[in-house]
Amino acid sequence: MRKSMRLTDVVVYLFLLLGAATCLLPFVWLIRSSFMSLSQIFVIPPEWIPSPFVWDNYILPFKELSFGRYFLNTSWVLVGTMVGVLTSSTIAAYSFARMRWIGRDKMFGLIMTSMMLPFAVTLIPTFIAWQSLGLVNTYVPLVLPAFFGGGAFNIFLLRQFFKTIPKELDEAVFVDGGSHFTIFAKVILPLSRSAVLVIGIFTFLGTWNDFLGPLVYLNDELKFTLALGLSQFRGMYNAEWGLLMAASVIVTIPAILVFAIGQKYFMEGIALTGIKG
Amino acid sequence: MQSLSVLRRRENWFGWLFAAPAILGFFVFILGPMAASLYYSFTDYQIAGDPTFVGGRNYANLFNGVDPFFYKSIFVTLYYVILSVPLQMITAFILALILNRKIKGRAFFRVVFYLPTIMPVIASSMVWIWMFDPDLGLLNEALRTLHLPTSNWIYSSSSVIPTLVFMSLWTVGGTMIIFLAALNDIPKQYYEAIEIDGGGRLQRLWHITIPLASPSIFFNTIMSVIGGLQVFVQPYAMTAGGPNDASLFYVFYLYREAFTFGNMGNASAIAWVLFIVTMILTYVIFKTSQKWVYYEGGEA
Repeated sequence: MRKSMRLTDVVVYLFLLLGAATCLLPFVWLIRSSFMSLSQIFVIPPEWIPSPFVWDNYILPFKELSFGRYFLNTSWVLVGTMVGVLTSSTIAAYSFARMRWIGRDKMFGLIMTSMMLPFAVTLIPTFIAWQSLGLVNTYVPLVLPAFFGGGAFNIFLLRQFFKTIPKELDEAVFVDGGSHFTIFAKVILPLSRSAVLVIGIFTFLGTWNDFLGPLVYLNDELKFTLALGLSQFRGMYNAEWGLLMAASVIVTIPAILVFAIGQKYFMEGIALTGIKG
Repeated sequence: MQSLSVLRRRENWFGWLFAAPAILGFFVFILGPMAASLYYSFTDYQIAGDPTFVGGRNYANLFNGVDPFFYKSIFVTLYYVILSVPLQMITAFILALILNRKIKGRAFFRVVFYLPTIMPVIASSMVWIWMFDPDLGLLNEALRTLHLPTSNWIYSSSSVIPTLVFMSLWTVGGTMIIFLAALNDIPKQYYEAIEIDGGGRLQRLWHITIPLASPSIFFNTIMSVIGGLQVFVQPYAMTAGGPNDASLFYVFYLYREAFTFGNMGNASAIAWVLFIVTMILTYVIFKTSQKWVYYEGGEA
């Protein structure tokens, strides 16, 4: 019995290690190539340690292209979207979770249906509308919608969380003459720090990785975001893999950093989204 | 002390006020555009001109096969969904089953499996394009070393979709985490009970784990189907829909129609077909879910 247990453990570990290797291989390949000279990159059989270490691949995207600028552009979109999502989704979730008003649950259900809606359905008329307002090629179409609810998914997540906070806390504030604003700001938000953080991380990653939005709305190269700049970059340096890999690393690093910092909350947050799905 | 009805009325008013941005957002950015897109789908609307009403012509052109890409893109997308969704579910579920046990290095594996989902798709596409290169790519190099037959990966019309499915398995970590949470929630008493009855591993899996995790299977399946119907970055950045339109994904086709060719009316019809197909598929999954999804407390 004991021996057979050990055998299954070995199989399980082999499976896990194989899976982990598959997951990590593209990352390893990405990083090793980004530090290699063009002559070493294509050596067969492939070499894994760059020698010499080449930094040029990281300098060129900033020097010859506007990667510094793209970085700033992405940051503006990011800050705007984060502020919009975090303020409007928390307020809306508070209303749906803890206030009683006529039509509340119907409205909530209605807003939740938009989670299933393919973005492609609203893309064209939204684009036409922004165009007629003369706002295409600005960041307004990418940022402004965040201030109107901040996404059904986020409202859903926060509402779930807010509902777990005991109602007695609200009553205590009411007895002291406080309003809903007081409860929201002084009770609910401080107690929901972890949930808000999760929304923040999700929003960061979603905005950072967004491709279709910038692709549709930005056509002036100086206004590009990093993701868009990277895809442009590929067209210009088709086979210069070292450069392309370095550029990809630059685009990936901030996402990985945010993930590393918020990892603990992040895992909990993802779990939270699925349980009562 | 104010009377109760005054308080109620005030709460009603404030409730609407707090929810107002979200409600407004729903009407302005969801419902309004949907209605507009439905209208445009019945018009001839070039991006530079004005819409002129043409009745059902756009839809007729799609379904008559006048536009040959319509059926092609439906085929490509469904092929991808049918292949990728079950494989993603099975892979993610097996990984979650393993990582739900108290094994060494559990936290490490969890992070490693999740990591690929963090990477911007546009960046991972760059790496994969190169790894899939038939002559210079790492995968064929490895296959040659092992004396195995090589593949043309994304560069041949027969292997491009299976290759993209394989690539989608690389980002299965998000689904895995949701499964893990569901498995973690299963009360241990259930397992103790079946152990007393002498049930083996497979029985435990079949009679306890899968039924109790079925809501999460249901959730992940829907999300995965919806995600599969909307694949865009891979065809845009990796294959340009080719070779020979073999990876002409539906949303890529829609994007091309709208933003490359400027046929807004036609593209709106394409978008509405997608909307209806998504609704039908979601409805079917919901309906069948009543047969296989188990909810604690018995409410269906």
